[in-house]
Amino acid sequence: MGRKYKPKLAVWKFASCDGCQLTLLDCEDELLAVTDEIQIANFPEASRAIVKGPYDVSLVEGSITTSHDAERIHKIRRSSKVLVVIGACATAGGIQALRNFANVEDYKSIVYASPEYIDTLSKSTPIADHVFVDFELRGCPISKSQLIELVTAYLSGRKPNIPPHSVCIECKRRGTVCVMVSTGIPCLGPVTQAGCRALCPSYNRGCYGCFGPKETPNTDSLSVQFKKFNMSRDAIKRAFRGFNAYAEPFRKASEAHEK
Amino acid sequence: MKNRTVKVDYLARVEGEGGLFVRVKNDVVTEAKFRIFEPPRFFEAFLRGRHFTEAPDITARICGICPIAYQMSSVHAMEQACGVVVDGQLRALRRLIYCGEWIESHVLHIYMLHAPDFLGYEDAIQIAKDHPDVVKQALKLKKIGNDIVALLGGREIHPINIKVGGFYRVPSKTELAPLAEKLKWALDTAIETARFTSTLPFPKMERDYEFVSTSHPDEYPFNEGNIISSKQLDITKDDFYNHFEEQHVKHSTSLHSVRKATGEYHVGPLARYNLNYDRLPDVAKQAATAAGLETTCTNPFKSIIVRAVETVFACHEALRIITEYEEPRTPSVDVQPKAGVGHGCTEAPRGMLYHRYRIDDKGIIQDAKIVPPTSQNQKVIESDLADFVSRNIGLPQDKLTWQCEQVVRNYDPCISCSCHFLKLHIERE
Repeated sequence: MGRKYKPKLAVWKFASCDGCQLTLLDCEDELLAVTDEIQIANFPEASRAIVKGPYDVSLVEGSITTSHDAERIHKIRRSSKVLVVIGACATAGGIQALRNFANVEDYKSIVYASPEYIDTLSKSTPIADHVFVDFELRGCPISKSQLIELVTAYLSGRKPNIPPHSVCIECKRRGTVCVMVSTGIPCLGPVTQAGCRALCPSYNRGCYGCFGPKETPNTDSLSVQFKKFNMSRDAIKRAFRGFNAYAEPFRKASEAHEK
Repeated sequence: MKNRTVKVDYLARVEGEGGLFVRVKNDVVTEAKFRIFEPPRFFEAFLRGRHFTEAPDITARICGICPIAYQMSSVHAMEQACGVVVDGQLRALRRLIYCGEWIESHVLHIYMLHAPDFLGYEDAIQIAKDHPDVVKQALKLKKIGNDIVALLGGREIHPINIKVGGFYRVPSKTELAPLAEKLKWALDTAIETARFTSTLPFPKMERDYEFVSTSHPDEYPFNEGNIISSKQLDITKDDFYNHFEEQHVKHSTSLHSVRKATGEYHVGPLARYNLNYDRLPDVAKQAATAAGLETTCTNPFKSIIVRAVETVFACHEALRIITEYEEPRTPSVDVQPKAGVGHGCTEAPRGMLYHRYRIDDKGIIQDAKIVPPTSQNQKVIESDLADFVSRNIGLPQDKLTWQCEQVVRNYDPCISCSCHFLKLHIERE
């Protein structure tokens, strides 16, 4: 086939656990095939080699929590043709967005002896609050197969096929009996976007919302059902206030159950 | 060249954001810093007010590389607070999932993060161009670790099946059986990996470390045991804060853990190996001997061999657990909240991970303390840097810089873990 142009892929990290970018290294069966097709131009977790931009596709992990990072994301946007955010931190602010419901000054003094050294913003915000984002890949962590689908789609110039429907659909597809109906286990599946293949219900536990709100979620109706299971207001608040706490539908649902 | 600076702004092939800085004046190292600029995420703060059953899922998110370690330290702490002991096959399954995490994390580090340094490649993808079979084999071995975690935990990263008291669902014997076949291959490949690592060129460096790890009377440590050191320490995990503290060092960017009586200490594979050698199975001891290791090892660069030996152990231990497995009658034991304090101290792939929680009678977390391995190793990483540079002051700049990076990577530092607890100060020039 001769020499062909290899698109340049960059991976960027903001406040996060590294798990979503690790998903790329966890694609053990596909990794070498992927690197045949693309040039990994900036991926510090895996390589010392850094190739200058502009980049064809940038994958951005993590949320914005410092003023320095709020600047840095603009530079990355400017050097990226396509910018895709990966994981709950980048799409919704992540678990560290729990600070958004509290006073960050209190948080600093709980964790650090000299809080004045800590450079942090009062809120942890998703990337889309700062720059234009071409696509959001959900999950805490993201799914391997969705990541492969996404990279393949952008390399061939089409939209990724990532369905926005609920986890319930995946349970039905798998043939998993509904944990909420059959055993009364509270489950966020009805309001959560699919992508995990309805993992938790298949292990006899309720969904805890890793993939964030589905399109048009009815959190009020689900809250009524939770009350019937004798969940306290505080427990309902905590259920919505997880890894996607700052995604708007979940945020509103948790705030509705604030004391 | 009497005065020089070695500076790496963004350290590659580690988990998270860090850099290093060494200053030399008149051929004497005056400053050695392992800098961390990962933004803080405040886990210890937002854990307050959460239910004790949520700790394993929440703390897993501290680190995508070693979520099992966080889940294990937190469930053991909560069970101690509530006065519950999880035993029998459930205890064995917890060791099994930890084996999976060690295999996955160690193999990732050996081949993809650490070996490129020894072989002069920028990354494993470059190695794959020259030696595709080595990298393919490494990926296959790593995947078997991930297969264990995914089968028992539901997925590789942030598993969903770990709970206070046990599991949500336990596997049947038949579900585990295919893993045994893969593990037989993995055991052989791990032995081969140990042999391969022993052929790498090792810089000369032996240091008189104080090694610290957990230690169990009968087993190589994962979840249980006292905390011991190579310099007269043998305490229960409840006693951690009486002997260790996190210190604010002048001009330093981060909190450093020290042992109050002695100062800096070293956690991780090298520490476990030196303190628990006699509890390794014969197959791992033989792999160590074949790779040229004695019963003690104090060259930090050789941690790559020790990781391979621990991978042999983890494959062997996983096989043993699967062979002896009988499905327990219930997937978990009932745990009712009780006001009190619980401690968890387990061995993450990169070293000892300590958790302490205080909960009230309704199970609400009042206070949380988490001390990850990388924050404990920070001080020793900095003194390794100073020591290494003063011994190798004649090296050309690019080689010295690369080897300084390697000194840090010896510890497989997980900056994403450590930073949430570290003092942070960004210096901009």
